[in-house]
Amino acid sequence: MIKLEGLSKVFPGHSIPAVKDLNLEIQEGDVCVLVGPSGCGKTTTMKMINRLYEPTGGAIYIRGENALQMDPIKLRLDIGYVIQEIGLFPHMTIEENIATVPNEKHWPKDQTKQKVEEVMTLVGLDPEVFRARYPAALSGGQRQRVGVARAMVSDPPIMLMDEPFGAVDPITRARLQNEFLRIQERMGKTIVFVTHDIDEAIKMSDTIAVMREGELVQHATPSDLLSAPADEFVSNLVGRNRSIKRLHLIRIQEILEEVDRTKPATEDAKVDEIKKQLEESDIRSVMVVDRDNKLKGVIGVSDLKQKAGEVAGDYCSEVADTVTSDATLNDALSVMLECGEGYVAVVNEDDQYQGTVTLGDLLNVVKEDS
Amino acid sequence: MGQIIGCISDFFRVTGNLTLLSAQGEDPGLIRETINWISRRSDMLLDLMVGHLYLVVVTLIIAIAISVTVGIIISYYEGVAQTVLGICQILMVIPSMAMLAFMVPLFGIGFTTGVVALVLYSLLPIVRNTYTGIRELDPAIVEAAKGMGMTERRVLFKIKIPLARPVIMAGVRTAAVMMIGIAAIAAYVGAGGLGELIFSGISRGHQPMIIAGAIGVSIIAVAFDYLLYYGEKRFSVEGSTREGE
Repeated sequence: MIKLEGLSKVFPGHSIPAVKDLNLEIQEGDVCVLVGPSGCGKTTTMKMINRLYEPTGGAIYIRGENALQMDPIKLRLDIGYVIQEIGLFPHMTIEENIATVPNEKHWPKDQTKQKVEEVMTLVGLDPEVFRARYPAALSGGQRQRVGVARAMVSDPPIMLMDEPFGAVDPITRARLQNEFLRIQERMGKTIVFVTHDIDEAIKMSDTIAVMREGELVQHATPSDLLSAPADEFVSNLVGRNRSIKRLHLIRIQEILEEVDRTKPATEDAKVDEIKKQLEESDIRSVMVVDRDNKLKGVIGVSDLKQKAGEVAGDYCSEVADTVTSDATLNDALSVMLECGEGYVAVVNEDDQYQGTVTLGDLLNVVKEDS
Repeated sequence: MGQIIGCISDFFRVTGNLTLLSAQGEDPGLIRETINWISRRSDMLLDLMVGHLYLVVVTLIIAIAISVTVGIIISYYEGVAQTVLGICQILMVIPSMAMLAFMVPLFGIGFTTGVVALVLYSLLPIVRNTYTGIRELDPAIVEAAKGMGMTERRVLFKIKIPLARPVIMAGVRTAAVMMIGIAAIAAYVGAGGLGELIFSGISRGHQPMIIAGAIGVSIIAVAFDYLLYYGEKRFSVEGSTREGE
């Protein structure tokens, strides 16, 4: 889909090239993450793909066509572009911002309007609420969503994303990443994604291209990168705790079937039964759900000591935080650490109980791998 | 609030300068005399105010057209920008009497000479503000616009100019107030306006005329600035929702 051949860039007035003889091929539908320390040429490489920077050597092929011979405006209109600072236009409403590319392409008004609504819903912004707002009235996370929506609205086959989730807090970032992966699963776009965060790279990518001082050091799948780093630079970048990094690669749904789940108790289950169940096994708590399988709370061994009533509903205490099954094991781990519990409940979008992941499950995964 | 204080200070600057020319000693009857003069000759005063306003408006339109264009052009050519701004600066520090005197051999006596001189004076604030307004836009915004496939022309008209407009308008307002003051002196080369009243007041030693002229100039300056300020605010509703405010 995208092929970079001997790509180089020397900025005027600099003797050292920013990008040196780079060869990289990205398959259709893949997310390729360019990762490396700042100044390694990853952003420069990305900006050459949509020709914000003109390469000083080499060639770029997009679907076999030489991008350097195409009209840059036409080229850019078909490449979604998200930058770190988002670059929303402060004098335009969210709707106008998202409609930028359709307006440049002179789409009919109804089509633009419909597509804007569609893409806003896709990124989780209610069109009725946000359409007429200005960027200044949005939170950091919402602006990032608008940035992504704006890049996707004309359904470009290729997207370039330069640290698109950089400017938000870690929790929002994890959520945006998961949402984005969910969208990408459906859309199957070819994405070039730039980040300096190796954890994000491992999480988001199909392939990772590690860069240093303008050169490509290694291009491999995240799993290969973790198990066989090409040199010391890559293994330093990946870090010592590689087995923990693997937790970024595995989604909860992948292990949920394997782990031995204790059945949740219903709200109106007899307390005595639960007591017996807990005493017989080595588990120390049981989840409580209502009739619609919605998570109500959790009963721990200590909760049962005081006498509050006859049924489970009277005893259960609220669960501090939950994860969805498309979150990674690393997300599950951080929730556990935050709540100070050895488990986390997994729910779907409607808050229905899916299962529980424990610290032990995570340890097993890490053990298997190493 | 700051706006109101700004208006008041403009008022005193203009009135102060012109009354100083004439204030030789206290004259208890001066205020009454002035009021009498104004009520007797209100037609003439109004005519001159209209003439003054006409001179300023014509000049301002020409000045905006030239200066904004120059400002935009030099925002693309960093190399010449400092030279152009330097020339504008030099033009602005030439004393107004001297400037008008230079213009007479070129354009003769009359309205045109006044307009040319005033346009030259107002170049600096508008050119500089247009240039800075565009140069200091968040580069991420411009890059996003280009990266999404906007042509340079569209980036200029859809992104750069609308976003730089408040800064450009601030320059226009500075130029306008300055111009209203200097326009009074342009009467010296026959450009008309309230300056006529002031100059003939000075040559005849008739203080009420001078004061009436000064008051007229002040009223125009304050009203004009107010109009430009609120006109701009009304015009840009989204001004209050801009990022970082």
